[in-house]
Order: sequence, then C-alpha cells, then structure tokens
Amino acid sequence: MTDPLLSVRNLTMDIPVGGGTLHAVRGIDFDLNRGETLCIVGESGSGKSLTSLALMGLLGKGIQRSADRMTFDGIELTKASKRQMRALRGGRMSMIFQEPMTSLNPAYTIGDQLAEALLLHRTVTREQARARAVELLEKVGITAAESRLSQYPHQLSGGLRQRVMIAMALMCEPELIIADEPTTALDVTIQAQILRLLYDLGREMNMAMILITHDLGVVARVADKVAVMYAGELVETGPVAEIFNTPSHPYTRGLLRCIPLPGKTERGKSLGTIPGIVPSLVGSVEGCVFRTRCPHATMECRGAIPQHHDGEHAFRCIFADGKRHSDKELTA
Amino acid sequence: MLQFILKRLGLAVLVAFTVSFISFSLLFLSGDPAAALAGETASGEDIEAIRRLYGFDRPMLVQYGDWLMSALRGDFGESYYFKLPVASLIGDRLGVTMLLGVCGISFALLTAVPLGVVAAIRPNSIIDRIALFLSVAGQAMPSFWFGLILIVVFAIQLGWLPPSGAATWKHFIMPTIVLGYYAMPAIMRLTRAGMLDVLSSDYIRTARAKGANETRVLFRHALRNAIIPVVSLAAVQMGFMLGGSIVVESIFALHGAGYLAWESIARNDLPTVQALILIFSMFYIVFTFLADVLNAWLDPRMRSS
Ligand SMILES: Nc1ncnc2c1ncn2[C@@H]1O[C@H](COP(=O)(O)OP(=O)(O)O)[C@@H](O)[C@H]1O
Ligand SMILES: [Mg+2]
Repeated sequence: MTDPLLSVRNLTMDIPVGGGTLHAVRGIDFDLNRGETLCIVGESGSGKSLTSLALMGLLGKGIQRSADRMTFDGIELTKASKRQMRALRGGRMSMIFQEPMTSLNPAYTIGDQLAEALLLHRTVTREQARARAVELLEKVGITAAESRLSQYPHQLSGGLRQRVMIAMALMCEPELIIADEPTTALDVTIQAQILRLLYDLGREMNMAMILITHDLGVVARVADKVAVMYAGELVETGPVAEIFNTPSHPYTRGLLRCIPLPGKTERGKSLGTIPGIVPSLVGSVEGCVFRTRCPHATMECRGAIPQHHDGEHAFRCIFADGKRHSDKELTA
Repeated sequence: MLQFILKRLGLAVLVAFTVSFISFSLLFLSGDPAAALAGETASGEDIEAIRRLYGFDRPMLVQYGDWLMSALRGDFGESYYFKLPVASLIGDRLGVTMLLGVCGISFALLTAVPLGVVAAIRPNSIIDRIALFLSVAGQAMPSFWFGLILIVVFAIQLGWLPPSGAATWKHFIMPTIVLGYYAMPAIMRLTRAGMLDVLSSDYIRTARAKGANETRVLFRHALRNAIIPVVSLAAVQMGFMLGGSIVVESIFALHGAGYLAWESIARNDLPTVQALILIFSMFYIVFTFLADVLNAWLDPRMRSS
C-alpha cells in the first residue's frame, strides 16, 4: 500500500480563555488516501472547523496546536516553514469555507480573485490565468463566465459566490480539498446542487476531499470514510459502510437516529434526539466526554478510555462492543 | 453612481448657498457696518453718507444678491484696510495656504496610515502604545502651543530651522508638522480600527488560504478595504485644515490666506473676512463632496448601485 496523502496523529488544540485553557480538540488520528473522501460529522462546537483550519495552517493567533504527526504527502506540516505552507495552501491543498457571502474580497472583481489563486502558484501570464478562470467558472456551472470576470462579489447571489469559491479552490488542481460546511449558509434548494458539483469535480480531478457536513444523507452518498467528532474528540472513524451498518460508539448511533434514512426510518416515526448537555472543555478533561449523555455510562467512564480497532474502523469506549446490542438506547 | 453624485452635488450647492448667506449676514451681525467704516469720530451725517455710498440702506436681500453676484464674478469688493480689491489680496496669499494644506495632509497621511497599520497588526504592542500616545497628545495639545514648542526647540535652541517666514522649503517644515499633526489622530485611529476589523474578516482568511504572503494579505487585501473610509476622512480633514491654517500661519508668520484672515479679523476688515469665510467654506464643501465621490469610487458596492 502507498503512504496516505494525509496522516494525522494526536492532533490537539488548546485555546487560552479567561479562567483556564479550553481543550478544544484532543488527540485526533486519521489517514486519508489520494482520491478518497472523508466526511467529518458532529454537532457544532465539536472542533470540526478547528481541525480543518489546523491542517491548512490557518489557525488564529491564540490557538496552540500540537501533533505527533501531521503529514501531507510526506511533508510534516507542524515543522513546515511559512513559505512551505504558503506553497501548499491554494496550490496543493485548498479550502472552501462556510460563509460564501463574506469570503470574497469586496474590493476586487471575481476575475482578479480567481486569477490571483493561479498567479500565486504558477508562472503564467494574466491572460492565461483569466482563461483558466473562465474554464473553471464554466466547470462550476456559471453561465456567461467571461462576463462574470468583471463583476464584483456583491453582484452575485450566495450560491454563485460559493461556486466562485469552489472554482477558486480548484484553480491549481489541488490534491486535497477541504470543504467546511460549504452549503450550510445557502438556500436549501441549491445545497444539493452545490454538493453534487463539488463531489463530481473532486472525482473528475481525483482529489482527496475532507467534507464537513451535518447532512448524514450526503455522507452516505459521497463518503469513503467517516469521522465522528464529539466535544473535541474523534469518537469513531471508519469506512462509510461500517459506520452506517455497525455504528459502535453510542454517540454515532445517537446521530444516526437523528436523521431519516431512506429505507431505514419508518414514515411518521419521530426522530430521536440526544438528551443531556455537552461538558465544559475548560480545565482538565478526563474520561469519556460523552458520558454525561450516554445511556450506558458507568463509574468506569470517568477513567481512561481504550480505543478499539477493527481494521480501519476504530472507536473509543470502555465497552469493547460499544454496547451495540443494548436496547437501552431505543427508550432514551 | 451618477445619481448618487448628482444628489451629493445638489446638497453641496444648497450648503454653499446657506454658508454664503451666513457669511454675508456677518456684516450686519457685527454691528452697523457704516458706523464701523466711518470711524469713531464721524458724525451722524457722515455715517448716513457712507451708508448710502456703500448701499447699506437697501433691503438686506437685495444687498445679498448683489454681493453674491459680484462674488461669483470674483469681485469681493475692496478691503477697508488695504484699500485694494479683496480678490487680489486673497489671490496673492491663497497659494501659500494651499501648499501648506497639501503638505499638512500628506504629512498626516504618511505618518498616520503606517502607524495605524502597524498598530492594528500588533495590537497592544509598544508601537500601538506609542501610536495611541501620539494621537492622544495630538488631540490634547493646542496647535499654537505645539507650534511654540517646536519654535523654541528647533529654531531657537538648536537653530536648525527658521522660526518664521515662507522664503524657503525649510520654512514650511514646522508649519507642516503642526498642521498635519492636527489631522493625524483621527486618521490613525480610523486606519487602526478599519484594519483590525478587516483583518478578522473572512476574505482575509480566504486570501491566506490561497497562499498569499503576509505583505500581500496586508496591503492588497486588507488595506485596500480599510483605506476607503480613511480617504474620505482625509478629504474632510483637508477642509478642516484650512481653519487650522489660520492658527498655524499666524504662529509662523506665513503670509497666506489664514494669516490674512487673522489680521483682517483683528482689523475689522469685513469684506476681507467675508470673502475668506466664503472661500474657506467653499473649499470645505468641495472637499466634503470629493470625499463622498472618492468613497463611492473606491467602494465597488457603491459604484455600481
Ligand atoms: N478562536 C477561538 N477562540 C476561542 N474559542 C474558539 C475559537 N475557535 C473555536 N473555538 C471553540 O472551539 C470549539 C470548536 O470550534 P469549531 O472547530 O469551530 O467547531 P465546529 O466547527 O465543529 O462547529 C468551540 O467550542 C469553539 O467555541
Ligand atoms: Mg464549524
């Protein structure tokens, strides 16, 4: 087997806040091969955005990042120089953000901003860069691409802006694309279109993709691998089929019960919600973070939590089977 | 955009008329002009004669119309003191004032914008504190006092610069600093606040995500947006500076329009004062209008709407 494109071990992020340290992300491990799609799911505040920003080297000043390993095509990102990171960002790995309305610079035309993405990494002329911009605008399904080049962001709708962001991220044909809830801010009617587009282009260019989304229906359709995050930890990760068929962490099962799945959820039956509150991550965090909401929680959940592996499928729980066969959850 | 400019232009003209009327009324607000003109020893008949001679006996609106029409033709009457046409008096001196204004605003921009940018990049750093100190000091310290300190230090103690006059470029250094320092605090704080705001915006993150280096992020992406309100503030400040130049020119005995204003007020030379107020206000109105237009032109969101 070839080495994975992206390999992350023990990625941890601490944020000093008034009154202590917020242990926002703790001990993330995952691998991603070329051309694969990893979906990261988990409720808001679980550290999905921080994780993707850490990979891009775009964390804010106050956030302390550490990792035993964080390599991209063999390059150790935690040791890379600023110059090396700049060459990677936008060149070999790109990111699409959640906020299309504010992610484009209001002072420059679409054409300038698209061309810049190429000019920063390749020695091409402005004309070549603009030609590439037109090509990509067409690829992302924007009509009259040529004339869009001279438009400003405020003249475009949210959906169009996100298409432009996608085109911009693809200008240099990156090997990895990270999309952080790319459609959350958009109209429901165009969410599916944009995701479809992103996914198809990813396949076409054989890019590895990290897609952060709340939509488990989308995950089922596009993911090769799934990573489930809860309160700053990756509680379960594995191939998509295993996550959906044998969800092992109680939180994963909770998430799956919260969505209607075609063929799996009966019509009219109410969807589950996970009761309870997420613990504070300020100060020391010990034991299983999900125990405050887990129907199986015992005293032992306060101690060290083992990681169970079954091939690529891994999860953290004191129970070796994650209480997969218990019927306690159905009444919860 | 055109509609916006026309609207602003209409407003500017309206303000100009109002201001011209106010400056005209000054003549009457400050007492009987005929009596003032005739002097303290004049008899009642003399005053009446002067009143008729200068046309002060006509209705005020007629006088205003007359005065305005002449002013539009560049005729502001004759100075009571110099007995010369006011227009040529001012014309001779306006160049110095405008030069001083341009130097002053350039000095303010060239110091305030870099300081504001650095302060925003490193909030609470030493440079940020120095910038804050300079801006507080600039606002608390009256121009004449600051000017006098400079004269004492650089002209009298060190002997590096001439204390007064306008003969060489060296004569303009201290006036430029004093006048520019007057506009600096506001420009610096707006630059700092604008940069802080812009630097935390999503599109700056996008620029970094593209692989742009920090210089490019700061100047091409951030400053280009943060500078928009600064440019219009600078244009407005330029208008304020004409007022400031009255003080600065008198400290440094620069014979510009500001100094003329100062002298003419002291001498009760009403036609000159009137004309100067009118001209200064017109400059102010023009600069404010320019500020609006520049703002619209720099901001694509305004340009296309
Ligand atoms: N710059 C920051 N300062 C303080 N706390 C932060 C910062 N960024 C993220 N956090 C906190 O870290 C946690 C994870 O955030 P995030 O990665 O944005 O979650 P998600 O993307 O999964 O919704 C949240 O509790 C959030 O409040
Ligand atoms: Mg997020």
